[in-house]
Amino acid sequence: MTKRISSVLVALLLALALGVTACGDDDDGGGNGGGGGGGGGAAETQGANVAFLPKQVDNPYFDTAAEAAARQLGGEFKQVGPSEASAPAQVPFINTLTSQGVDAIAVSANDPNALNQALKRADQAGVKIVTYDSDVAPEARAVFVNQADTEQIGRSQVQILGEQISYKGEIAILSAASTATNQNAWIEFMKDELSKSKYKDMKLVKVAYGNDDDQKSFQETLGLIQAYPNLKGIISPTTVGIAAAARALDSEGLKGKIALTGLGTPNQMRKYVKNGTVEEFALWDPEKLGYLAYYAAAALANDQITGEEGETFKAGDLGEKRIEKDGVVILGPPTRFNKENIDDFDF
Amino acid sequence: MKLRLSLLFQWETLLVLLIIVTILIGSSVSGAFLTGQNVSLATADLVEKAIMALGLTLVIVAGEIDLSVASVLGLSSAIVGALVDTGAPLGVAIAAALVAGALCGLFNGLLVANLGLPSLVVTLGTLALFRGLAYVVLGDRAVSEFPLGFTDFGFATVPGTLIPWTAVVFAVLAVITFVVLHRSWIGRDVYAIGNNEHAARFSGVEVGRLKIGLFVSSGTLAALAGVVFTARFASARPDNALGFELDVVTAVLLGGVSIFGGRGTVVGVVLALLLIGALRNLLNLEDVAAEKQSIVIGTLLIVSVIATNALRGMQERTARRRPAGPQAEASTEGGG
Repeated sequence: MTKRISSVLVALLLALALGVTACGDDDDGGGNGGGGGGGGGAAETQGANVAFLPKQVDNPYFDTAAEAAARQLGGEFKQVGPSEASAPAQVPFINTLTSQGVDAIAVSANDPNALNQALKRADQAGVKIVTYDSDVAPEARAVFVNQADTEQIGRSQVQILGEQISYKGEIAILSAASTATNQNAWIEFMKDELSKSKYKDMKLVKVAYGNDDDQKSFQETLGLIQAYPNLKGIISPTTVGIAAAARALDSEGLKGKIALTGLGTPNQMRKYVKNGTVEEFALWDPEKLGYLAYYAAAALANDQITGEEGETFKAGDLGEKRIEKDGVVILGPPTRFNKENIDDFDF
Repeated sequence: MKLRLSLLFQWETLLVLLIIVTILIGSSVSGAFLTGQNVSLATADLVEKAIMALGLTLVIVAGEIDLSVASVLGLSSAIVGALVDTGAPLGVAIAAALVAGALCGLFNGLLVANLGLPSLVVTLGTLALFRGLAYVVLGDRAVSEFPLGFTDFGFATVPGTLIPWTAVVFAVLAVITFVVLHRSWIGRDVYAIGNNEHAARFSGVEVGRLKIGLFVSSGTLAALAGVVFTARFASARPDNALGFELDVVTAVLLGGVSIFGGRGTVVGVVLALLLIGALRNLLNLEDVAAEKQSIVIGTLLIVSVIATNALRGMQERTARRRPAGPQAEASTEGGG
């Protein structure tokens, strides 16, 4: 019996030892400090140790030019993340990056609410938080690097599809996850755009969710085709969804019968634009989005900006960028891709 | 009896040594490993698995297994999310999740105890069944809007320290489990069933009822882990904690609990949890992908079974050589 007690004691001692070290040093993880700033124009942005946490790692959309930005600034870059796009899978990465003491985290959130607590804790530990591509609550981050104006993206996709189907017929939306922040915001503006009299003969019959999973998106597209024989058009505001939908339409021989547009990358969509399955789709340049996010994160880490409206910082090739209301930085309007220009892009 | 205790003591000593080695290696490899921030976050990362491991410890000591724990966690999370989403008070949602967990355990227990089915098969089935139910409850959705107090609890630490509140919850449960298993008649009966179910039955132990009780407690604890998980990640999703059973079963077996029943201590399991937590954390800090980490955990599982069996073999031999009395002999037979 005494031996068991002593084993418990050993365990307790160990826990105590852990506890003592727990109260010990805390890496302040500071960046290169100061960096100037102030005055009229923005100071040169300096490098920092920035970690990127995309929605998922094996999605080509997230292979951005952030690393190039890091090289330009002489800063550090790494990208980590889950293999499936879910918010609970992102939380441990935030915790680990906090422990590692990086200067800043640039995250594309899988859920607008679920990461807030972890990000706040990271912030308390001195890690600067930038969101890019997909935002969280404004109080949980300093800056949101937005690809383009949400309203503009939502409305323009309905406008493109309207042109293609002469503003007539049943249409459906193939989205990402039902909780995806961006997609839901865009869909709201799509619905609003559809309520205009111009679109009175276009009817939204269904919003399907492919969860940014290729197989599921493919199946959902087939499901839409079967359930709505009069379907004239599909909008897929997600790069995974539009590629899967294009493949489904192509394999079912529905070229010219069902129009498809949305947000896709030129490399994924080139084949379908060239064979006529897809006439035109849109996207911003995701490479530049990561590039801008790196610059914003570095500027924050070096205390050159804090995320207040009206502050400016230098973003390398993109020139000087201004922080708008709620700490939002906008990359620029989306590009439309079609047969004429698609070969000019490689991403 | 003395012999068994001393050998168990050795196993636990081994675990303590392994933890110390991991900490030494960890702190030399990564400067971030032994910081307060990291220890605090790593502890929080462990809590759900640790709570499930407590319930599972009792089940395995009794010679059964519960593979459905992570699915019960998912179902519990889905129920909390679905109810909060429809505007139900948080307390009601949590209570409903705990009741559901208890019912899941009851279902497992009835199939095992009353129909005499092997728990491995039953809980393998309910692993899929309960996960499926979680999808029925919440569909493809995820709920992430919870009262702030709830999600704060998931991340908050005891004021003035870096100890997560959720870890306090675990510590209380661990003490209760310790008392139940090592200091009460329930524990004695559980060991008796695990060592020799027939003998236990003949000596008046209500085997069936006790087994049902163990599965109910395992289900309830898994549901509680689901509540903690939901708070900590501010996310109710049907696929929450998918695959967590691997870590939980590993922790219990690595803790020295025999997969054949009849042996094991709560202290051993807690030490094994610390070891697995430290290892996982170190691998995270070194940016080893979660998929690759399963190689380490899987290996650990196999090694722990081999090591405990080898230890038992040695134990049997020494027991035969020395006239240690009938008790030592009986305790080495193992149940089935």
